[in-house]
Amino acid sequence: MTIAPIVHSVEVKAAPARAFALFTADFGKWRPAMMTIGASPAVTIQFDPKPDGAVFEQAQDGTVTLWGKVLVWEPPARLVFTWQITSRWTYDPDLVTEVEVSFEPVGEGRTKVTLMHRKLEAYGADAAAHSESLRNGWPGILASFGEYAGVQA
Amino acid sequence: MTNVSAAAIDAFGALGEPTRRAIFERLAQGPAAVGELAANLPVTRPAVSQHLKVLKEAGLVSETPEGTRRIYRLDPRGIGAMRDWLDAHWASALEAFAQYVDEQAQEESPE
Repeated sequence: MTIAPIVHSVEVKAAPARAFALFTADFGKWRPAMMTIGASPAVTIQFDPKPDGAVFEQAQDGTVTLWGKVLVWEPPARLVFTWQITSRWTYDPDLVTEVEVSFEPVGEGRTKVTLMHRKLEAYGADAAAHSESLRNGWPGILASFGEYAGVQA
Repeated sequence: MTNVSAAAIDAFGALGEPTRRAIFERLAQGPAAVGELAANLPVTRPAVSQHLKVLKEAGLVSETPEGTRRIYRLDPRGIGAMRDWLDAHWASALEAFAQYVDEQAQEESPE
């Protein structure tokens, strides 16, 4: 059985090259604040810009926490990286899902950014492994996410 | 979000038990009847039935009658709860990205 990939797209006011650069170089600046998995909150999130390059976050004190790795690095059009983050916001080397981001020009200085999160079947095992803590941790996480989503809407 | 979270927590809880996880993983490979599941697990058939009941209640597994047997398969709706959570997460993230790009454009090239 496969789970349908998650697909979202937005149009941004920048040409593909700039959109790609902002997406990757400034990931730590634009991502929702709760997207951090280290012991202390991330200050930056970085992509080592090459296939097999690490995707990681870095905290104020310099601590590095791995997120996953780059699979495809093709600026300005396409980026694929592994998403090995559990629903508890922790890195799990055994959980491998993929995020593909494509940057498609749409008119002068605009780009359609499409994000696909796939291979979600892996979350079946993740859910099992972390069920207990999820049972404890989810209501709080979801509540803050709900608030966040409400503010964003 | 409330319904999604409740369903997701049920699904996570149901999969916390090793035998249920084994059954879930077996069903991920394709539909099966109780007998087939029990044959490959170190538990009795009634025990398998009991686990299937929990998985069903959590929305992870569905059953369909086939002759005298009942065939079990994964119910995409249960897994869907986890997917929904991630889905909402990415929707917000991309919105945040678009907004950030806008802000950058305003800062760097005021029109």
